[in-house]
Amino acid sequence: MNKRRNSLKRIKVSDCIIFSGLLLFSFFCLLPLILAFMVSITDEGCIQKYGYSLVPIKLSLSAYSTIFTEGAILLRSYMITIFITVTGTLGALTITGMAAYTLANKNIKYRNAMALFIFIPMVFSGGIVPWYMICRVLGLRNNLAALIIPGLLFSPFNFFLTRNFIMGIPDSLRESAKIDGAGDIRIAFQIYLPVCTPVLAAITLFYGLAYWNNWWNAIMLVDNPNMFPLQYLLLKIRTEIRMLEELRGAISIANLNLPTESLKMATAMITIGPIILLYPYLQRYLVKGLTIGSVKG
Amino acid sequence: MKVKLQQERYTEKLVRVKPQEKRYTLLTDISRNRSCYVMVLPALLYTLVFGYLTLPYLISAFQKFDYRTGIFDSVWVGFKNFEFFFKSKNAVIVTRNTIRLNVLFITFVTIASVALAVYLNELKNRKFSKFFQSTYLFPHFLSWIVVSYIIFGLLSTNFGIVNKIFRFFNLKTINWYATAEPWTGILVIMRIWKTAGMQAVIFLAAIVGIDKQLYEAAVIDGAGRWKQITSITLPLIAPTVAIVTLLAIGRIMYADFGMIYAIIGDNGILYPTADVIDTYLFRTLRLLGNPAQAMAVGLYQAAVGFVLVYGSNWLVRKTFKEGALF
Repeated sequence: MNKRRNSLKRIKVSDCIIFSGLLLFSFFCLLPLILAFMVSITDEGCIQKYGYSLVPIKLSLSAYSTIFTEGAILLRSYMITIFITVTGTLGALTITGMAAYTLANKNIKYRNAMALFIFIPMVFSGGIVPWYMICRVLGLRNNLAALIIPGLLFSPFNFFLTRNFIMGIPDSLRESAKIDGAGDIRIAFQIYLPVCTPVLAAITLFYGLAYWNNWWNAIMLVDNPNMFPLQYLLLKIRTEIRMLEELRGAISIANLNLPTESLKMATAMITIGPIILLYPYLQRYLVKGLTIGSVKG
Repeated sequence: MKVKLQQERYTEKLVRVKPQEKRYTLLTDISRNRSCYVMVLPALLYTLVFGYLTLPYLISAFQKFDYRTGIFDSVWVGFKNFEFFFKSKNAVIVTRNTIRLNVLFITFVTIASVALAVYLNELKNRKFSKFFQSTYLFPHFLSWIVVSYIIFGLLSTNFGIVNKIFRFFNLKTINWYATAEPWTGILVIMRIWKTAGMQAVIFLAAIVGIDKQLYEAAVIDGAGRWKQITSITLPLIAPTVAIVTLLAIGRIMYADFGMIYAIIGDNGILYPTADVIDTYLFRTLRLLGNPAQAMAVGLYQAAVGFVLVYGSNWLVRKTFKEGALF
């Protein structure tokens, strides 16, 4: 009896250790974000006086209102990022989906050779410098195409993920559609597309996130401040205070209470806003995409 | 006899004719599945341009490369570009920093993520498990630039939380952005923060796949929780862990440019501990505008990286077969 109670107690202790360990890491993940959010809604005067803090002493939304009323540069960057994310993701999905459909089709004799052709550059590539030179040769500089096409529009990893998924679909689906007289393009878009929703959702997330968070293309290929995507603008704001001065220039000099510190954090918050809003969906498909890859890849 | 001969000839003819009729080349394949090939064409073209056509530019490492003349008409200079890199003390610094940071990243992220995955698996309450996983994955969705803002919020000299805590305990505050030494540790912590949760979810998927009967048998044999973890869970996820680690080791010469540049930027004071090959290459290419020297650095990086991939895989294949990549 005594022994049993002991073991019960021990399990409880180990449960507690596990739970508190997990909870601690959970806090570790969330706290920095909460801090950034709290700073963004704190009154600038308080920040200047007491520094950043987790609990805002005096609430103020002036940082956000400044962004929406005066931050023309920021809003333009926002529009650019939304544009490249939407068009880029749609284009990438089409290219990847079509290629995956074809190279999973057993009627195509050379499908494996073509898959190898796509695989090899994943392992052997020239690196950053040749990539930059190719982009220059193709004229992908200082235009929107430079933010959409190089490096992002087709990912071999996502391609193989999709292809693996399609290879798991019985061939009879394609054959029966063929007998009914459908062409390959029609089969791909009308019959396979709906069946592939899970994997397409996952790669939409991967592509969308890559576009949204991308600033590599901007730092390499874009010099024109009017074309900076959101992430790169954020980097510029932090590194070059001058950009912030420009933001400030739009406002009358008399207004000395411009919220600089909270403005910074508010900008960061606005950047991750859509991610927070879409988070439940994102997370579900991220996990799904990972498991699709790990089961069959 | 004659009939048989004729028959033989006939079959011979058939055999000879058949492969001619059925010769199936790429062109036949294309003409029969035209729409399929049209659909795969964009992906192939993209791979050709951004994958294969970049390779000829590697030779620019041995040239005095000029964008106007291209690789065909630039002057050859032999190993001069390499000389420039290796004679400066930067070569040692950036290589050492890259390898040191990556080794620390791999070690600590693997330990943290395996621990988290095992803990998550032991947690029987599904609701909490889901909640914890959501919070762990969240940092993965943020760009390193947003992360750099958060780091600034923590470490900023005047307003930062960390210095505020230091002041509270009457400790000497540190001017973080002007002190190089702590940044190795800071980068490791931020790496764990951003990637350990994601990896833990991958490992958790491997743990969930383990046959439950093994645990039941172990319980009957009197194994406690700790024993179950060490003799069932850990050995069975070892191949997955090995593959993930091996993939990371293969890229040990490649620093995460996005991470380092977003956090460190062009802050030269922090270079002694935080400057890596990729940021050095970037500065050579974009800020100094010397593509040939950058290419030389890139080639050095690729060559050493290549040796490391094969070396580490060979080592794993010899000692622990299931974990090898190829």
